[in-house]
Amino acid sequence: MVYENPDGVMIGLEIHVQLNKLATKLFCGCSTDYHTSEPNTHVCPVCMGLPGCLPVLNKRAVEYAIRIGLALNCEIVEQTQFHRKNYYYPDLPKGFQTTQYDYPIVSDGKVVIEGEDGEHVVRIRRAHMEEDPGRLMHMGSIEKSRGTLIDYNRSGMALIEIVSEPDMRSPREARRFLDKLRNILEYLDVFDSTLEGSMRVDANISIGGGDRTEVKNISSHKGAERALLYEIMRQKNIKRRGEKVVMETRHFDEARGVTISMRTKEEEHDYRYFPEPDLVPMRVGSWVEGILETLPELPDARRSRFISDYGMVDTHAKALTSDIRVADFYEEVASQVDPASAAVWVSDVLKGELNYRDLTIASFTVEDMVKIIELVVSGKITEKGAVEIIRNILDEGGSPMDIVKEKGLLKVEGDVVDQAVEEVLRENPQALEDYFAGKEKSLNFLVGQVMKKTRGRADARSVREMMLEEIDKNYR
Amino acid sequence: MITKEQVEHIGWLARVNIDEEDAFEFASELSTVLDYFGQLDEVDTSDVKPTYHVADVMNVFREDKPKDSLEQDDILANAEEIQEGYIKTPKII
Ligand SMILES: [Zn+2]
Repeated sequence: MVYENPDGVMIGLEIHVQLNKLATKLFCGCSTDYHTSEPNTHVCPVCMGLPGCLPVLNKRAVEYAIRIGLALNCEIVEQTQFHRKNYYYPDLPKGFQTTQYDYPIVSDGKVVIEGEDGEHVVRIRRAHMEEDPGRLMHMGSIEKSRGTLIDYNRSGMALIEIVSEPDMRSPREARRFLDKLRNILEYLDVFDSTLEGSMRVDANISIGGGDRTEVKNISSHKGAERALLYEIMRQKNIKRRGEKVVMETRHFDEARGVTISMRTKEEEHDYRYFPEPDLVPMRVGSWVEGILETLPELPDARRSRFISDYGMVDTHAKALTSDIRVADFYEEVASQVDPASAAVWVSDVLKGELNYRDLTIASFTVEDMVKIIELVVSGKITEKGAVEIIRNILDEGGSPMDIVKEKGLLKVEGDVVDQAVEEVLRENPQALEDYFAGKEKSLNFLVGQVMKKTRGRADARSVREMMLEEIDKNYR
Repeated sequence: MITKEQVEHIGWLARVNIDEEDAFEFASELSTVLDYFGQLDEVDTSDVKPTYHVADVMNVFREDKPKDSLEQDDILANAEEIQEGYIKTPKII
């Protein structure tokens, strides 16, 4: 199957990723640990661009950038420098952003995603280092703002801006690309996606070879998909009326799910880029080999290893490795119980229950998962009972053993089930007759009656076997 | 020759209001400056590499170790208007 792309959709993304695993900002020693702090408390003369201050580059930020480049199959530049991008806006107290221009630290890479028609390559044009501006809070909506509050704690945080080619053909592909990218970055241990504002997206989109629009201010992967769906619809409507899409910048209003035109008078040459005189050039080509050696295992490699090491199917391996926290959780569980059972319980059951409640793996402990799997494998509880325990822990808390006792989930065996089977057969002669007449379904009914009598604590498969045995022995 | 419109655009980029009369004056003054750079342009530099930095230094880094930031009061001291620890500006966009 080949995806036809009926509307000729072309989407390119620019993703700003905060290197928030660094301890300090890009050019100064201010701590990056500001997320629960008062505004304007992680700020120094360098972040504020006060006269006479001197920025000095964070060495680890450069290493992280190279790490990212290698993971995205990019070329690493031999020598590079920073530029000033001049624009006057209150989020940058200096009046310019320190960024990279003609020599981005990495370029020409690719990421393979699951596309509309199987594996799909999204090319990476470049990724460069720059500083994050401060955070603006508009009082009221962006269109009717009454004033703006500024917090410079974020100002000067190290960012990597990753720019893709316009290789995505649907909003869904864009979302998968973002998911994959986030996953890779978390495996690299350069980025924590759970922190607010850690990944921000601008999207370029065109249809049918027309002019493109740029949508800014997308802050989540779900938001990206929605913004793009809206923008495709808007552009299609324009074409249907026989008009042309205007090349422009639009702002995504997440609350309303629409994009709004932002008139900007600035053009690319208005930024008046020039080499940053306060920072000297860097030559980092020789670092690449050393960084390559310490590159951690990436999602695709871990997925293959899960299949070969634990003998699981690919769908499980994929589900478990698509978030590093889940993958780590699984491996801890698998080191204590049967890995094959663990794969099923973590990827099929636990992940499903978490998704349903919009929770993350942090809401469940390895110990509880191990205990529950042990209880099932040793035959003390049924699979149904195990699911009930998981749900109970997520909804009300508690430990597996307490829930087992409280809810009477210990599997009943032997005499009690024997007795229930006998009773059911005695009480339902009609169903038995139907079974003899060839109605397979009435056997299911009889098994169901036994489950009812034992309040679901018997194992359905063994009840079925016992039932057949009993019929052969006493009713034929 | 720099036009009055270009001066006004540059003024807008820097968020500086330039009135009509000044715009004419700056246009002619800036043109003089540009003419001077025009003279420099006549020098043949085809064999000279661009000089981005006068100091012949490379690879200056610092370790990723936190230092103390300024006190919030000191940061806010330069602001015209503040509100709950934030710097307040008039409506922008
Ligand atoms: Zn600082």
